[in-house]
Amino acid sequence: MDVRSQISMVFHLDKCIGCHTCSIACKNVWTDREGTEYMWWNNVETKPGTGYPTRWEDQESYKGGWKTDGRDVELRSTSKRKIVPNIFHNPAQPSLDDYYEPWTYNYSELFNAPEGDDQPVARPVSMITGEPIEVEAGPNWDDDLGGSEVYAANDPNLAPLSDQQRQQMKAIERMVMFYLPRICNHCLNPSCVASCPSGAMYKRGEDGIVLINQDRCRAWRSCIAACPYKKTYYNWSTGKSEKCILCFPRLEAGEAPACFHSCVGRIRYLGNVLYDADRIKAAALKPDDELVEAQRDTILDPHDPAVVAAARACGVPDGVIDSAQKSPVYRFAKEWKLGLPLHVEYRTFPMLFYVPPLLPVMSVSEGDLVRSDVDDLFADIEKARAPIGYLGQLFAAGNEGKVRYALRKQLAVRIWRRHVTVGDVPEEAARQALAEADCTAEEADEIYRLSALATWDDRFVIPPFQREMAMEMMTDPHEHRSAAGFGFRDAPRRS
Amino acid sequence: MNDYVLFGVLPYVVVVLFLVVTIQRYRMKAFSYSSLSSQFLENQHHFWGSVPFHYGILVVLLGHVLGFLMPKAILAWNAEPLRLMVLEVTGIAFAVLTLVGLVNIILRRFSSRLTRKVTTRGDWVVYLLLLIQVLSGIGVAVFHGWGSSWFATNLTPWLWSLVKLSPEVQYVAPLPAMVKLHVLNAFVLIGFFPFTRLVHILVVPNPYLWRRTQVVIWNWDRSRLRNVD
Repeated sequence: MDVRSQISMVFHLDKCIGCHTCSIACKNVWTDREGTEYMWWNNVETKPGTGYPTRWEDQESYKGGWKTDGRDVELRSTSKRKIVPNIFHNPAQPSLDDYYEPWTYNYSELFNAPEGDDQPVARPVSMITGEPIEVEAGPNWDDDLGGSEVYAANDPNLAPLSDQQRQQMKAIERMVMFYLPRICNHCLNPSCVASCPSGAMYKRGEDGIVLINQDRCRAWRSCIAACPYKKTYYNWSTGKSEKCILCFPRLEAGEAPACFHSCVGRIRYLGNVLYDADRIKAAALKPDDELVEAQRDTILDPHDPAVVAAARACGVPDGVIDSAQKSPVYRFAKEWKLGLPLHVEYRTFPMLFYVPPLLPVMSVSEGDLVRSDVDDLFADIEKARAPIGYLGQLFAAGNEGKVRYALRKQLAVRIWRRHVTVGDVPEEAARQALAEADCTAEEADEIYRLSALATWDDRFVIPPFQREMAMEMMTDPHEHRSAAGFGFRDAPRRS
Repeated sequence: MNDYVLFGVLPYVVVVLFLVVTIQRYRMKAFSYSSLSSQFLENQHHFWGSVPFHYGILVVLLGHVLGFLMPKAILAWNAEPLRLMVLEVTGIAFAVLTLVGLVNIILRRFSSRLTRKVTTRGDWVVYLLLLIQVLSGIGVAVFHGWGSSWFATNLTPWLWSLVKLSPEVQYVAPLPAMVKLHVLNAFVLIGFFPFTRLVHILVVPNPYLWRRTQVVIWNWDRSRLRNVD
């Protein structure tokens, strides 16, 4: 057993209001430089929709992630054999057109235009060349189902749905959408790292954050094609790839990453989990419908004395084990089985888990219409507006049972809390709903508390660690900050 | 005298420059070592430039290196006229492939407003020098045939004399002007090399072929558990 610690995340989709504050926070901190204007390390997509870059989930054309024949796993886009032809021209490399050409507006025209008969206008200009351009696409072009006949209709996840189901999703009376915020998943089996010819990409052993060494990146561009989530980006100006760094300088100072900290809906949770690195290979060989369970199996119970002993033997410090025991991610993803990985069939084992959205619960579809009344507050999830088949494609590699379990448990928690707080649901019915959802009253209260009432300290359990130069993982960052200060790569010592 | 400066002194100046600058640049500014790919900005024309150019130049360069390392074997191979023809035709074919790629690369730099944005003055110097080199190389092959043989008899001894630090320029002095241009421009290229994007050749990712699939970097010794006392 090779026990390691991994900083991982949970996004509670039922709480996401699609305000894009996370994207703006990230952009302002990290990607407002030349060459990075088009990058959104954090972006929020409307689902159903084609996302950013356009149709990124279509791995037939983007060739991201891993594939397996049951005996071995290999990258879809590259390999030790394919690297020689790929290095001159990577056939799977997305280009600027797949994202969008970043633009701003010529605002000075509004003030400096000579007097004339017409109102001065600010024309869009390219942020790459500075020339006027016609804006044809943006990073969030299909927000809130805008242009859904073109965008939502082309969502690759709709493939398994019947024509009737697709028609229903489009019908105005039961139009369905939800938001999908995405950052780098800091995967357990990252295909970007495996594809990097220079060895510039790496996973930090201590916390599993995936980074690119800017001094070693040579612009061979393999990572961009290999990442199935398209979360590594090419900086056309510096000739280096860049990606979400999970705000590690903030984590090392005891702060939550910018997108987490700024989240208005408080949908984001962060904490470390302990996992067994020896189990990854076997998990990646599993068939699609067993992948969610296989990934869960790699995550270890930090309360188990045997796991604690193994973790200490593998050099995981007590402070890190301690924070793993308090981790909200462990509770959502493993204990409660509410958190599901996005597109686990890419076999990278993303360590960002999504609590699937229940969507409007107080309404039932009847034929082509939706009925909302107080007699039946909580409809059966089978009648939910978003077909389970669709959610199953996103969050369980087609294994709908995993989604159904998570939705049913969330619904049971609501029924239980309705009984506790309002009292118009009889206790017997509430307890039956819990039992059917494999949940207890205590667990339901815990889920409710962590979902609805969680404070900063509940949502972000940051393991103790210091900056990379002196990574000892033993000092509480808040304590260290007051004692030594930050801003030095070496300890600020008199010589 | 001129020949001595150009073929007996310049090569040393250029090689010292090459070594000092590439090493120092790697040590001080490793960040600047990049292929500076522009495939992201223009993805179609790129294929018809980059791919033929790289395959062509690799084979042509390999031919030059073989002529330098094993002149006797080359001469023995060329003893049979048919084999000599095969070698010559192969060389010219790959040289033309290189030229096609290079012309496409240069056209691509002009044709797209996005690639123009990322093309620097250093790039234009590289393209000009490469164009002179490839054109003069093809010119030599066409007008002064059987280069694979006389390279082995004339240029290889001269190059080895440079390596042995006693330059014998009499081997190159009688060669035609176009050959001299090709040789001189090669050294000019080597001189510009460390200041341009060409340094990406020095960092081709050979370790990828034998490294482990995943890269994990630990900043501390995992075998020593360190806790607060």
